[in-house]
Amino acid sequence: MYPSEFRYSHDHEWIQVDADTCVLGITDFAQSELGEVVYVELPEVGQVFDAGAEIGTIESVKAVAEVYTPVAGEIVEVNDTLADDPQTLNEDPHGDGWLVKIKFSASSDFDELMDAEAYEAYTREGK
Amino acid sequence: MSDLRRTPLYDRHVAAGAKLVPFAGWEMPVQYSGVMDEHRAVRSAAGLFDVSHMGEFRVAGPRAEAFVQGLTPNDVAGLEPGRAHYSAFLTPEGTFVDDLLVYRLAADELLIVVNAGNIDGDFAWASAQPREGVELANVSAHWALLALQGPKAASILQPLTAAPLAEVQYYHFTRGEVAGHAAIVSRTGYTGEDGFELYVAPEAASALWDALLAAGAPEGLVPAGLGARDTLRLEAGMALYGHEIDRTTTPWDAGLDWIVKLDKGEFIGRRALVAARAEGPRRHLVGFEVDGRGIAREGHTIHAGGRQVGAVTSGTFSPTFERALGMGYVESAHAEPGTLLEIDVRGKRVAARVAPIPFYKRRKR
Repeated sequence: MYPSEFRYSHDHEWIQVDADTCVLGITDFAQSELGEVVYVELPEVGQVFDAGAEIGTIESVKAVAEVYTPVAGEIVEVNDTLADDPQTLNEDPHGDGWLVKIKFSASSDFDELMDAEAYEAYTREGK
Repeated sequence: MSDLRRTPLYDRHVAAGAKLVPFAGWEMPVQYSGVMDEHRAVRSAAGLFDVSHMGEFRVAGPRAEAFVQGLTPNDVAGLEPGRAHYSAFLTPEGTFVDDLLVYRLAADELLIVVNAGNIDGDFAWASAQPREGVELANVSAHWALLALQGPKAASILQPLTAAPLAEVQYYHFTRGEVAGHAAIVSRTGYTGEDGFELYVAPEAASALWDALLAAGAPEGLVPAGLGARDTLRLEAGMALYGHEIDRTTTPWDAGLDWIVKLDKGEFIGRRALVAARAEGPRRHLVGFEVDGRGIAREGHTIHAGGRQVGAVTSGTFSPTFERALGMGYVESAHAEPGTLLEIDVRGKRVAARVAPIPFYKRRKR
């Protein structure tokens, strides 16, 4: 269910690292909890964030979910298709539903993230 | 969530895969297949809601009408058996204790239907009023309530009942059997669609739920939860207690002038309402549509001319209109349809515009 090449945060984001950039999205668990996504607010290319900062929001009819970056860095790419097709997040949260690409500075920020197995167990805890 | 109460239909909700949440002390289905799905089903076919958590009070005796007349702003004297009307309990200041429906069951018998979250408070309030010659009972535990709402509601329900539904007009009701169970069949609802609210004994609720879903499935009937209930009523411009109306708002503020019959005689709050009307409204409940990017939600502040002029009472993404919209209070000077507003959505100013309520009106049959 959860790709083994990703890492996962306690806020239900997934990260895929590729040299000095990473791709960030929300997990299948998160999109299922939210329901049908109707609005996505993403940062702009060039914005810089600290680890743990809020970088955007994802909204369903009933709920607003903040998106946090686990890693400090600069936004280098944003998934613009989500503005017109927010439901892509529900349909393919681990693929076409990616949110941003970040160029990060400190790989030590990844140490706190879970692997796929740990994340799967975490979702079953009822958090 | 074991401290929460459950309606007789709890097992049906679990079996249908509902997401259950706490609501007003009850464990209720917020959605089954999804809020958008269920909302669209109600607008195009039909949805079935469990609203058994709502409260019912029975008022009976030779002074029953006079008692309710003195307690509510609408005119009970003009409410004949077989009819219901929308009304309220008001404080002496003319503000809302609750909004409710009054049913005239017989000359000397009325049923008052109140919001789930206010049952105990409302009953205490009514019980504290002078009531010689009046039997007042909280009969909430004796009633389950199912709401069948949508353009196909009548065609789904008719095969299950001998009651001639075409003769039951809006805000009228009849008593009969549905799927073999005694029921009050009321042409009322909280969605802006045609539909029926079915009052049955709690023991009959599951059988009725099953019979309706079986009869309605071929027509597109789905179970619908509180999430869709909220988006539907918001599109229809209907107030929700605790949002558009509460103990700080009068019927004048909320645009509910039509439930106040000042000439019918004395009722709690009448004096304050007369005075308030003479002063003129300080604020207005308006609808708004969001033009910018963002979804305005309850509590977000409303700005115009560089200052705060109000706040959002309810806001959502509308499945029918596919845009953010909602209702809120604004100072009277900014209440005209078309007035440009800015709404502070979590620190960001988003452009919006006053729009007439209701946003949605069903096509007349």
